[in-house]
Amino acid sequence: METYFPNGLGHYLAGGLIIGAAVGLLFITTGLVGGMSTVFSSTWSFVSKQAFFQQKRFTDSRAWRLAYAAGLILGGLIWLIWSGAGAWQTGVSWGQLALGGFLVGFGARMSNGCTSGHGICGLAFLQLPSLLAVLTFLATSIVTAQLIAWTGGSL
Amino acid sequence: MKSANLIWALVAGMVFGFGLSLSAMTHPEVVLSFLQFNDFGLLLVLGGAVAVTTLFYQVAPRLLAKPLFSPVWGKQPSEMSRRTIGGAAIFGIGWGISGVCPGPAIAGLGSGNWPLLASVAAIFAGAWVQGRFFGR
Repeated sequence: METYFPNGLGHYLAGGLIIGAAVGLLFITTGLVGGMSTVFSSTWSFVSKQAFFQQKRFTDSRAWRLAYAAGLILGGLIWLIWSGAGAWQTGVSWGQLALGGFLVGFGARMSNGCTSGHGICGLAFLQLPSLLAVLTFLATSIVTAQLIAWTGGSL
Repeated sequence: MKSANLIWALVAGMVFGFGLSLSAMTHPEVVLSFLQFNDFGLLLVLGGAVAVTTLFYQVAPRLLAKPLFSPVWGKQPSEMSRRTIGGAAIFGIGWGISGVCPGPAIAGLGSGNWPLLASVAAIFAGAWVQGRFFGR
């Protein structure tokens, strides 16, 4: 087991169950489907007059999606205080964070879902397109990360 | 019941953000270490989250006529199309480069992982370019 889970299993499993409980809580209280990527488009509807961003699916959901995102930040803060771990910053370069982020934002909008939208919500709705999306982004992300590792570890 | 949506979205978001932080998904290094086959913990996170969410999504609408504070059950509108799959392929390349995806990028800001601001800004930019020039 240590070969596959050098950092243990418990916090991964507990975190996953808590994430599922969060998405489930949102659904049972409001009926809303809690993927995370759409907030990056719906928030543009506050400032962009573009027809794309003024679609009903964005303007109708932008308020709760922003509240959901604000909750995410608060949840990270609560964990920081609860764990006493101290703030930690990633060593991944700004260039990688930005380039990767751009493709993540572009791809998630095009695909209409991300690791939570397709990976959690879509799979939980037993949606075949979401399963194919998950298998696709797992394949391309694994190939990309392995290629970067082989060529020296960072961009 | 718009205010109920806002309150429950905030509460659910807090639980979500706590779970993402506890499972270290807010550390891009941990995600990259999964993608490079050094630590398979991410599969436990995804598997655990999908198992619990599936229970809610499949069981709740059979037991309750409507959600507790809202009139209708929502659906995930995923469609079988080239855009769904092509977008996922591009998303994966970005995920493999950075180790960052939308939820952890936001939650990480709360635990002081401020370099993720670069990703959050870039995700906003990527979503804008897609919607503005290729959206429909």
